[in-house]
Amino acid sequence: MSDRLLVGTRKGLFRIERDSARRWRIASNWFLGDPVSQLLIEPGGRLHAALALGHFGVKMQRSEDGGAHWGEVAVPTYPDRPAGVEDKDPMRNIDIPWSTQLIWSLAVGAPGELWCGTIPGGLFHSRDGGDQWQLVRALWDEPRRKKWMGGGYDFAGIHSILVDPRDSAHVTVAVSVGGVWTTRDAGANWELIGDGLRSDYTPPEMQQDPLTQDPHCMVQCPAAPERLWIQHHNGIFVSDDAGANWRELTDVVPSSFGFAVAVHPDEPDTAWFVPAIKDEQRIPVDGRLVVNRTRDGGKSFETLDVGLPEGPAYDLVYRHALDISADGRRLAFGSTTGSLWVSEDQGDGWQCVSTHLPPISCVRFEMA
Amino acid sequence: MPTTLSFTPNLARHLDCPGAAVEGSTLREVLESYFESNPRMRGYVLDDQGAVRKHVAIFLNQAPIGDRIGLSDSVADGDAVFVAQALSGG
Repeated sequence: MSDRLLVGTRKGLFRIERDSARRWRIASNWFLGDPVSQLLIEPGGRLHAALALGHFGVKMQRSEDGGAHWGEVAVPTYPDRPAGVEDKDPMRNIDIPWSTQLIWSLAVGAPGELWCGTIPGGLFHSRDGGDQWQLVRALWDEPRRKKWMGGGYDFAGIHSILVDPRDSAHVTVAVSVGGVWTTRDAGANWELIGDGLRSDYTPPEMQQDPLTQDPHCMVQCPAAPERLWIQHHNGIFVSDDAGANWRELTDVVPSSFGFAVAVHPDEPDTAWFVPAIKDEQRIPVDGRLVVNRTRDGGKSFETLDVGLPEGPAYDLVYRHALDISADGRRLAFGSTTGSLWVSEDQGDGWQCVSTHLPPISCVRFEMA
Repeated sequence: MPTTLSFTPNLARHLDCPGAAVEGSTLREVLESYFESNPRMRGYVLDDQGAVRKHVAIFLNQAPIGDRIGLSDSVADGDAVFVAQALSGG
């Protein structure tokens, strides 16, 4: 049972702890004033925090002692762009910067190995726990990568990295906007997958094209790794074959739009979403902040709101700001308006931790 | 007489950034000379391709440098280079 959370925000990193009265409280903070874009907690407890300094670029911080001390470590950097190579955003015909703009995803791979997804679209691999990073050239040099385009950000990025718990060489990533890609050999070869994903923001003849898909977040059930869930720009999709084929869930009330999704670690049919109005408004439907839960693989959804604001609320929950504890009992989510909630009963009820944090980018339960 | 290189105090929140007297006939050479003894500084001032970060400003004798990509501005003995935090981008 995890009693601690890490919360990355626009203005620093916070630890939230559960006290003896079962209240969740802000216990400590680091990097106050600096944007924290992503977090990674390794199984052994080592912590990684990705900073996005407004002036001085992306930085990586690592702690070996649970946050007592942090040290700056290597940042994934792009190789020198060869002279004469044209690499332009396909929608705006402007140069794609070969420079890390944002650390958007971090994942644990084989023992000692890490993966890192960035904007503008490079995937990086570390074989030494983050001391050094290498750009995964096979994906970066894949010709169809140049058709990736920006969604919420100016340039495309990798926000979801799933490492198959049965085979660490099987890695599946989701790109906004550029579909779902998978490798079976730890990055040497890549396949674009995603039959059944559908985009309604493209011309009709492109809507089934796996390359034009905008998954907002993709998660995998650890106990049933063939089961993936996607909260897509276009709605909610579920796969039973590790992402090769997807089925769309329609008629989800109050909305199938959103950014975040969490799946129960042992129950592949149980997943949570935080719905919002699509596309550009991105606020809760009717000003009611709710969480949607399915327990039957998406056949039906329950709308959960006990402990959430009764009055109008305009919180938006980003793709990395909803998390579930390793035992599947606790959930937490944070919003771009700096509110944070925790549930100790799978979402049946929620406790508000704060409504005054900075805008929240990521929420992660620490190990028990 | 070498070039004087100094940094905005804003950088001191993140890393040691003592000023230094360094050699070089271009801005690139001056900065590279400094990075030899303070390699962490490179990523704070320059992007992955070696251009000045978008929200960093560099002054050469109180005037903004001309070449933010190639850093080819000529530097002479006695010149002063100052790395500043731009007003944009916070």
